[in-house]
Amino acid sequence: MPRRPDPFSPRERVLLASLTTAGPGFSALVGALLAVIAWGIIAYTVQLRYGLGVTGLRDNFMWGVYITNFVFFIGVSHVGALMSAILRITGAEWRRPITRMAEAITFASLLMGALMPFVDMGRPDRILNLLLHGRLQSPVLWDILSIGTYLTGSTLFLYVPMIPDIALLRDRFAAGPAWRRRLYTVLAVGWKGTEAQRHHLERIMGVMAVLIIPIAVSVHTVVSWIFGMTLRAGWNSTIFGPYFVSGALFSGAAAVVTAMAAFRWAYHLEDYITEVHFRRMGYLVIALGMIYAYFTFAEYLTPAYKMAASERGYLNAVFSGQFARLFWFTQVGGVLLPVLLLTVPRVGWVPRLTRVPVLRPVPTLATIATSLLVLLLLPAVLPRTAAFGGFALIRQLPAWIIAALGAWLFLTLLPLFHQRPIAAAVVASLLVNVGAWLKRFVIIVPTLQYPFLPIQRAPAGWAIYRPTWVEWSITAGALAGFVLVYLLFSKVFPIVSIWETREEGHRPAPASSAVGTHGEAADAPVL
Amino acid sequence: MALTRRSFLKILAAGTAVMAGPPAGNRLLRRLRLRPAGGGLPALAASREPAGPIVRLFGLPAGDGDPTLAYAAEPNTRTGPGEAGRRWVMVIDLARCDGCRECTRACTAMHFVPSGQEWIRVYEMRDHATGNAYWLPRPCMQCDNPPCVKVCPVSASWKREDGIVMQDTSRCIGCRFCIAACPYQARGFNWVQPPESEEQRRQPYDMEWNTRHFKGTTEKCIFCPGLVKEGRLPACVSACPMGALYFGDQAEDAVTNSQGETVRFSQLVQENAGYRFLEELGTEPRVYYLPPRKPLYPPPPSEQEPAALGGGHR
Repeated sequence: MPRRPDPFSPRERVLLASLTTAGPGFSALVGALLAVIAWGIIAYTVQLRYGLGVTGLRDNFMWGVYITNFVFFIGVSHVGALMSAILRITGAEWRRPITRMAEAITFASLLMGALMPFVDMGRPDRILNLLLHGRLQSPVLWDILSIGTYLTGSTLFLYVPMIPDIALLRDRFAAGPAWRRRLYTVLAVGWKGTEAQRHHLERIMGVMAVLIIPIAVSVHTVVSWIFGMTLRAGWNSTIFGPYFVSGALFSGAAAVVTAMAAFRWAYHLEDYITEVHFRRMGYLVIALGMIYAYFTFAEYLTPAYKMAASERGYLNAVFSGQFARLFWFTQVGGVLLPVLLLTVPRVGWVPRLTRVPVLRPVPTLATIATSLLVLLLLPAVLPRTAAFGGFALIRQLPAWIIAALGAWLFLTLLPLFHQRPIAAAVVASLLVNVGAWLKRFVIIVPTLQYPFLPIQRAPAGWAIYRPTWVEWSITAGALAGFVLVYLLFSKVFPIVSIWETREEGHRPAPASSAVGTHGEAADAPVL
Repeated sequence: MALTRRSFLKILAAGTAVMAGPPAGNRLLRRLRLRPAGGGLPALAASREPAGPIVRLFGLPAGDGDPTLAYAAEPNTRTGPGEAGRRWVMVIDLARCDGCRECTRACTAMHFVPSGQEWIRVYEMRDHATGNAYWLPRPCMQCDNPPCVKVCPVSASWKREDGIVMQDTSRCIGCRFCIAACPYQARGFNWVQPPESEEQRRQPYDMEWNTRHFKGTTEKCIFCPGLVKEGRLPACVSACPMGALYFGDQAEDAVTNSQGETVRFSQLVQENAGYRFLEELGTEPRVYYLPPRKPLYPPPPSEQEPAALGGGHR
């Protein structure tokens, strides 16, 4: 194959450098991820050998962390359809450098999400029964069909727009390692960049962008229906389908923001992923957060207003009882705070907060240190109670102190976030995803805690759900697997589309913040 | 005897005499030290002859054209369609239940129910603050609109024509969707491999007797079709010392309890304001309850507040 003249501009060479160069940081990260995955596999073999009894799951809590992971990962996977389909159809040109990132998130998280029901299965050895005796009446089969379709569709949707880039790499790595050459040659499917090929590519992408949207919507709707199709109070909800879809888009968009910051920092993509991208993604996350908050409000207000006997148990537990802290964290920390954080860089009065004496770093840190000390001592002083029990002031004192400290810390940090919009976006998106995971947990477990028949005569430890190390290890392994798949993808394929950013006549957008142009202070993710 | 307030129709069914069952059943009965049926223990009233005209009750269609049979996902080659023409039904008189849990013990002993599970569980209930406390034995309701059967992805659970919701643990994949779907908490899971006795291991897996248990599968009460086939009452029914549990054939309109009382099912339910648990969910249970009016027993101890329906909230 004749060596072509280097078709890459210096900026584009940055994209390719990340494919070949790997520093010690990369090896360390891959090693750490592999270690976590190996630990997760060990935990799974323990579960295989002794049965699901090694988890915290029991008859009343038949589903737990694994199904939480399932809903979470499938939710995050929605971002691919959002970014590449909706933004592509609506002609949002700024999407170009980040669509592939989003589609790769879809791929990696779908893999992990689809794995979870099999981890949760009591008899994985009978997996073939799903094919031999599958019943289409069961939502489980709907899940298999729609997730399978979405995985196929989104893999194609990731792959097809990548063909021109793969062809470039095929030529570029003509003298490279054999596996790369072979891989790129096969995957480039003879792309030469002719007019006809381009025409076909555009057409395929256009059709697929339309098709992938209903598939993506169906996937999370069906996932919600494994709850919505039961009679259980708390799951027996008609809006679960759209509610889950809105939550999925919210968490997925936030995951893309995290990925954008990580790749920008690790692969030096400042020219491609600018503050403009963070700002626009921030707007998207805010809008999706509002929709999600609206659905949450609608989902909880209707039963809470009526307080039907069957709903009362889990509602009280969620609003003011056993699950209140988790629930309110998901609402305040997982929706409200992130939305505020994303708006902070655009709010003019925030820098003036530094003039408030109690918000200066020194008094704040001093107070926080003292309060933490008090918090550590409090449990020894306070009477022990069986349940966490409501919002009774004394019992909940530690929680209130933590909330107040958090608010204080937040106000102190606001001016910093004002200067560093990317840092603000990253913190916000991480909060969104932590909140999203916990919210799925809060959807699943409280309902199981309050079935129609009270939990009675349960053996010791069966009346409450406490996930065990096995569940946490497998969860950590899945998360590490997600990161590893994503990382390796970015090492084999350019994470920013070369031909699409070139086609756009991509020019670096002007830095939006007043602080420096590309000063490291403004760009480096601060965490 | 307080029961005289009810009008009973004693049916001396011809079937009462037809009691010689296969040896497997007798062996189990001997092991349980139960009197063999026919030797004094009241047997199922239902005759072994083909049933007569099917009695329709409460608008519930029976036999041909029954929409609930649509849930029979397969021709039930695994256990057959069940007893031809039968519609098994259970009646539990809450006024007679004293919470002794003999039913649970008999069931557990008969099926070697793994620890942690109770296929018939006796709950302590109080419907509202001023209501009386009472005991509520809860077997599987064998719903005619069974939520568990609907959601099963592999037909490990299905509805037989004789009304029994069967469970094939040799096919179950352990997704536990049926446990999530059941509003009666009537299903249990083998979280670990239950220890099996030598006697258990000798028996082949027969889902009508359900004495073998496998790790990672769901199980539940199935109205003891093995015993019923032999003309005997399910283990819990014949074990109840109060005669609170009745079992029989809705098609024949006769149910029998452990005291040998065989009564018209429709009359028993109608004259005692019988109801079905969580009727509003539309699961169409095949278990009927007679309300705990003027109970004949001490109610659940008051120091341990019985939980109210709807999740034990205060």
